[in-house]
Amino acid sequence: MANTKTSAVTNTMPSLPGPRADSIGTGSRTTRILGVVLILGIGLWLFLAFGPSGPDIRIDGTSGQEIGQFDAFRLIYVHVPAAITAYLAFFVTAVGSAMVLIKRSVWWDLVAGASAEIGALSAALTLITGSIWGRPIWNTWWEWGDVRLLTMLVLFMLSIGYLAIRRLEGTAEERARRSAIVGLLLVVNVVIVNRSVEWWASQTIHQNSTIAEAAIDGLKAFTLFFSIVLGVGLYVWMMIHRFRLAWLERQFDRFGLDDALATRRAEATTVLDGRDPHGRDRVEGERP
Amino acid sequence: MTHLGYLIAGWGTVFVACAIYAVSVIRRARRVAANVPAERARWMTGKDSDVIGET
Repeated sequence: MANTKTSAVTNTMPSLPGPRADSIGTGSRTTRILGVVLILGIGLWLFLAFGPSGPDIRIDGTSGQEIGQFDAFRLIYVHVPAAITAYLAFFVTAVGSAMVLIKRSVWWDLVAGASAEIGALSAALTLITGSIWGRPIWNTWWEWGDVRLLTMLVLFMLSIGYLAIRRLEGTAEERARRSAIVGLLLVVNVVIVNRSVEWWASQTIHQNSTIAEAAIDGLKAFTLFFSIVLGVGLYVWMMIHRFRLAWLERQFDRFGLDDALATRRAEATTVLDGRDPHGRDRVEGERP
Repeated sequence: MTHLGYLIAGWGTVFVACAIYAVSVIRRARRVAANVPAERARWMTGKDSDVIGET
């Protein structure tokens, strides 16, 4: 009896236009599992960064006074992963760009574009967190004469330029080729950013690589390593979603009109059959 | 804890920016996916050409 009632209610619902019943977003079992792992990882990351890893406090050999960056040091756990994620993202963009030029591959073009967008976000976060870290440690938000800061800013601007070029008018082939050339320049700039503190050591107040010089050890080093792994994991998760969005947009651009016409034809056929567009029996007196 | 304001600003910016970006990508995808049939929604199952400019 209850089933009959439910069925009657369902059958009298108006046929509103809405999302396709078979629509698939960007989520999948893989992204959901990865998402849960990342959430757990973020919990551990916060615990390590603000708990046992401790502040940067050292004792000055001559005066016996406490020196170091104190708790501001904990910004390293967001700043370095953001920078490394940006490097990784632009490297993937460069590989994708090369494949576009060599194979004219759509897949690589979408990968390059998706990665550049995440790279631009990571580069922006690197600049912002670096600036926030610089204020208490260097006593300045920004130094225009500093090569590390300036090259990172150029990298960020270049990534914005790359994304803008992808949106320029032209054929798909023209857009892909133009953006691929700029995409290759991104990775050249990544090398310049990374090496700038050594090539122009006198023109920067930025420290050398913390990891390469083994400037930290113990739990601080582990927390930093864990932060980087988490940053890469987050990049992978975002990449899967962003690539799938790019693919959906491409499909909609290419076949959207055909799909809409096919849907309308199917609706017209079912209306003539006395059923609504969702295949349900039409109630007497209901307008098609 | 020293430098608490800087820590909140730095960590907070990263969390908020990542969350906004992730949500915006997922929401945009849901909107577009509503107009794309399931068999074409994924690259793995799609039958589209992999060559740029080719139909």
